[in-house]
Amino acid sequence: MFKKVLIANRGEIACRIIKTLKKMDIKSVAVYSDPDKNSLHVKLADESCRIGEAHSSSSYLNIDNIVDACKSMNVDAVHPGYGFLSENVEFKKRLDKEGIKFIGPNELAIDIMGDKIRSKEVAKGCGVPTVPGNTDEVRDAKHAIKVSNEIGYPVMIKASAGGGGKGMRISYSDAETGESFDRARSEALSSFGDDRIFIEKFIENPRHIEIQVLADSHGNYLYLAERECSIQRRHQKVIEECPSPFINTTQRKLMGEKAVILAKEVNYVSAGTVEFIVDKDHNFYFLEMNTRLQVEHPVTEMVIGIDLVEWMIKIACGEKLNLKQNEIIIKGWAIESRIYAEDPFRGFLPSTGRVTKYITPTETENIRIDTGIYEGGEISIYYDPMIAKLCSWGNNRKEALKFMKDALNRYIVKGLQHNIPFLSSIMLNETFINGNLSTNFIQNEYPDGLTNYEEDNTDLSRIIALATLLNELSDNRLKINNNSNYLNQNSIFLVEYNKKKYDVRIRREGAYEKVLISNDLSNIANVKINNEEFNFCIYWDFFSPIVKVLVNKEEFFFQIQKEDFGYKIYNNGFEIYPKVLPYRNAHLQEYMPEKVDQDRSNFLISPMPGLLVSISVKVGQSVKEGESLVVVEAMKMENVLRAERDVTIKSIKHNTGSSLAVDEVIMEFE
Amino acid sequence: MSETNQKLEDMRLKAVQGGGHRRIESQHKKGKLTARERIDILVDEGSFEEWDMFVEHRAVDFGMNNKKILGDGVVTGVGKVNGRTVFIFSQDFTVFGGSLSESHAKKILKVMEKAVQVGAPIIGLNDSGGARIQEGVASLGGYADVFYQNVLASGVVPQISMIMGPCAGGAVYSPAMTDFIFMVKDTSYMYVTGPDVVKTVTHENVTHEELGGAITHSSKSGVADCVFDNDIDSLIQLRKLLSFLPLNNKSSPPSFDSIDPNDRIETSLDTLIPDNSNKPYDMKELILKVIDEEDFFEIGQNYAKNIIIGFARVGGESVGIIANQPMVLAGCLDIESSVKAARFVRFCDCFNIPLVTFVDVPGFMPGTEQEYGGIIKHGAKLLFAYAEATVPKITIITRKAYGGAYDVMSSKHIKGDLNYAWPSAEIAVMGAKGAVEIIFREDLDNPEKIQKRTKEYEDNFANPYKAASLGFIDDIIFPKDTRKYIFNGLKLLKTKNISGVWKKHSNIPL
Repeated sequence: MFKKVLIANRGEIACRIIKTLKKMDIKSVAVYSDPDKNSLHVKLADESCRIGEAHSSSSYLNIDNIVDACKSMNVDAVHPGYGFLSENVEFKKRLDKEGIKFIGPNELAIDIMGDKIRSKEVAKGCGVPTVPGNTDEVRDAKHAIKVSNEIGYPVMIKASAGGGGKGMRISYSDAETGESFDRARSEALSSFGDDRIFIEKFIENPRHIEIQVLADSHGNYLYLAERECSIQRRHQKVIEECPSPFINTTQRKLMGEKAVILAKEVNYVSAGTVEFIVDKDHNFYFLEMNTRLQVEHPVTEMVIGIDLVEWMIKIACGEKLNLKQNEIIIKGWAIESRIYAEDPFRGFLPSTGRVTKYITPTETENIRIDTGIYEGGEISIYYDPMIAKLCSWGNNRKEALKFMKDALNRYIVKGLQHNIPFLSSIMLNETFINGNLSTNFIQNEYPDGLTNYEEDNTDLSRIIALATLLNELSDNRLKINNNSNYLNQNSIFLVEYNKKKYDVRIRREGAYEKVLISNDLSNIANVKINNEEFNFCIYWDFFSPIVKVLVNKEEFFFQIQKEDFGYKIYNNGFEIYPKVLPYRNAHLQEYMPEKVDQDRSNFLISPMPGLLVSISVKVGQSVKEGESLVVVEAMKMENVLRAERDVTIKSIKHNTGSSLAVDEVIMEFE
Repeated sequence: MSETNQKLEDMRLKAVQGGGHRRIESQHKKGKLTARERIDILVDEGSFEEWDMFVEHRAVDFGMNNKKILGDGVVTGVGKVNGRTVFIFSQDFTVFGGSLSESHAKKILKVMEKAVQVGAPIIGLNDSGGARIQEGVASLGGYADVFYQNVLASGVVPQISMIMGPCAGGAVYSPAMTDFIFMVKDTSYMYVTGPDVVKTVTHENVTHEELGGAITHSSKSGVADCVFDNDIDSLIQLRKLLSFLPLNNKSSPPSFDSIDPNDRIETSLDTLIPDNSNKPYDMKELILKVIDEEDFFEIGQNYAKNIIIGFARVGGESVGIIANQPMVLAGCLDIESSVKAARFVRFCDCFNIPLVTFVDVPGFMPGTEQEYGGIIKHGAKLLFAYAEATVPKITIITRKAYGGAYDVMSSKHIKGDLNYAWPSAEIAVMGAKGAVEIIFREDLDNPEKIQKRTKEYEDNFANPYKAASLGFIDDIIFPKDTRKYIFNGLKLLKTKNISGVWKKHSNIPL
């Protein structure tokens, strides 16, 4: 067995590999670029070595620097993780030359599978189905019908120069094909000045389903069930699960065997993944093979019960697989959510900076967290904005979903924007819950990203009740000469949220007349909101940002934050800040003038926190749409803010050199 | 009910109606509450005892002898806030526009005098059109009597003014002499002369809001310490502020049990200071992470943002926090920030609230604007206030402590009790670049040499060890342990006792 392994990677995957190395009693070596010198993977590894500057090309992608690190650290082997050099033939060759073991497949497999065309040819050659069709030009309508029949309906008629849906037609029959061809061609000509057309198979509601394979160097091959990764945004996977709700045992076997055939064809060794696209009739077509560990491998590990990284290392050492295909059993269901530093409310803009608060749910047999950051760490602009992978496991999909939902509600990331609200929202999405997945899911269900909260009345009532209780509990603490840490016997409040009023009545349960709040104490109250009654039991210590609540004996987790007037409560992706008033004063609220949100279209608002580096306009100047107004530097990136329409500058609120908070007004237009 | 009792009942009912239904309605339409409604929000339920409900004015001119309203435009009395006594006067705009008559002033004086004798805060809810013109100089005399009482009470009991309507002319000077001024957005304004006079005298066109609104005073003039959206919000926040303050200068602020562990370690603070010492970071993160339960009551949030001041608790005990904010003007001291912090330091010292100071200051702001504005005198205010303060003073230097500003920010030399530095601290006369350019002037045309010298200077002085070796700081601590050090320090200093030299009073550079 290896004595010392270097991980040629960073972030969560480096941390995850180090965990297995520790378990196997192998020394780990982390490598880092300058901005990563305080990163978690460096802290976790036994030893570490700097490999260069921020840009990947001079660090994590720099073969020379990494090989130098291997030599100076005297390692036996390198695990490449995913991304960076994990599928780079030159890296593998170079390591071979230096006598350092590459933990992964052989050159041939990397080489062939890294080539989109060659890999498809190899697949076709060994009987693995690929998406029918080719990019040859179709001459006329008659030819189009012939090609379509060869491919099999439905087909997609596409302009060679196409894009943006223009010149694209779907056809289900010969009759449609003739007409569609002509229209696609004239559209293509008018849109692109190029009327060349080709035809390929149209896959309806495509699903992305992939097979995990594992092979040793003794000719033993296994397929370890499938993962469904259909929930993607712009080809970036967001949620993955194992198994797929779409695949039955027969099809699993069929797809698994095809994947193994392909792996054998390239003498595959180590862990690898064969990706398929699956249509609504369960037809599957080979997409590509990833010759490395996948990001989403944990769901397979949780369901199959093996450590893929451990096996990659053992296989690289020449060990034999000790499992047979018929011993691979799917146990339960696992789901993975990828937590990214991106803002789902603003078109998924990436967010970088210091993580000021980071509290993850506790890991249990139902919850696994693969993270690469810690509180006080930083998400830098140089690398992937992934914060962590949150995985849940349950006996079935429903249970796994419930664990995921709760864990997302307990996951605290502050200091930057993240997609947890979006992930939470998906967990409540009907289509997702029913398993009707497709790669178009996000596009169909969230065309504008995450927008308004469709309020569920019971959900809202629960939150309003909680806000009232917390407010009352913390207000009571300020009272002098009062056995204060408990609720009054009976209290009535008026709660305002979103311009609606709620009459909230709290009645303490007799049996708990004087219960002090402490670390694990329950405060039970009956809450009546507009005549709807709840029984509440709160587990809170006045300090924790997470409150566990039993509402009518059902368990919920809420994130809370104390604000000037009560508590902001976060749950299932949405933040709600109800205003609690004692009943005796509540009637006065109606006299309070409504503060209208400023119409912000007349303002230039800073979209991010940063430094105002330069101002290119003067007060009174007229500016045309698209002209530069100011430059804001954030995380060393200069962002040019431009006029979104023709405007005249009325006033400028900041000078060059000012620091701007997000949403701060920079200038006002006439 | 007996006839006599019935009469009282009737009189009370009449008094409570103030200026009558129509005026109350008009007050509400403006988004303002009545004097009594405001008191009802401020105090604990049923705790208010009203005084002088039957007082009327004594004016006879201009037909005033026929116009009398019980209470004469101000509601006064005593109540409880979270069980603690406060004295209140709340001007009633529905009665003669809340204008101040001789009798009106006397009512205010009565509660103020009693507050000083009893030792409980004075809360003024201001909503007044100004002097009762019909009374002439008698009304002006009333103002001056109140001013004098403000001065007597200053430093004895906390005085807080809440501006909830107009407050113009001479009327502004009573709030101006109290400890804190709160304002309500859109419905309150304060100025010495109104827009009409301004127009006549200086030909400036300016609105009430621009001249003296809540936003103006909280961000431009610094007159208002806090602003809130409406009457209810303001009064709820006022309740909260009181929870940090003692009732008078002889007692301590209330302490509260906190579940927040006193020795809580915050590892994330170890990475708060960026590698590049010119990169800003948010000092508020540090404040929130060391205080109890992230509960920070900030004062002057929108004014002189290069310094942060406010109340918090550590280990359940009130502290006053003063911190340079590197996010704004690099955290330097200028005229506005010096005055803002100086006044806060003095308030805390008056009322036995320990001072916790976080230092990251590159120095005083240079420039003609500052010099012509008198930064020398204004900076001296902060220096003077810190030096004079005898409450416990704990200082943490997180990064830069350069030049005179280092001395000012509660340094050991002006009797800081416990002075700590983080390992990232740079305690020096100035930044390395500036220093080298002076010391090695002859090498200025040799960038290589200058670079070497700069490195040398950085190695020698851009750290806390030189200051530590001289005993100017008591210890160098890991950032993550900061809360623990502050808690232990406060506990230790609880019995701190120093007596100064006898003097009538000092002469702070005003």
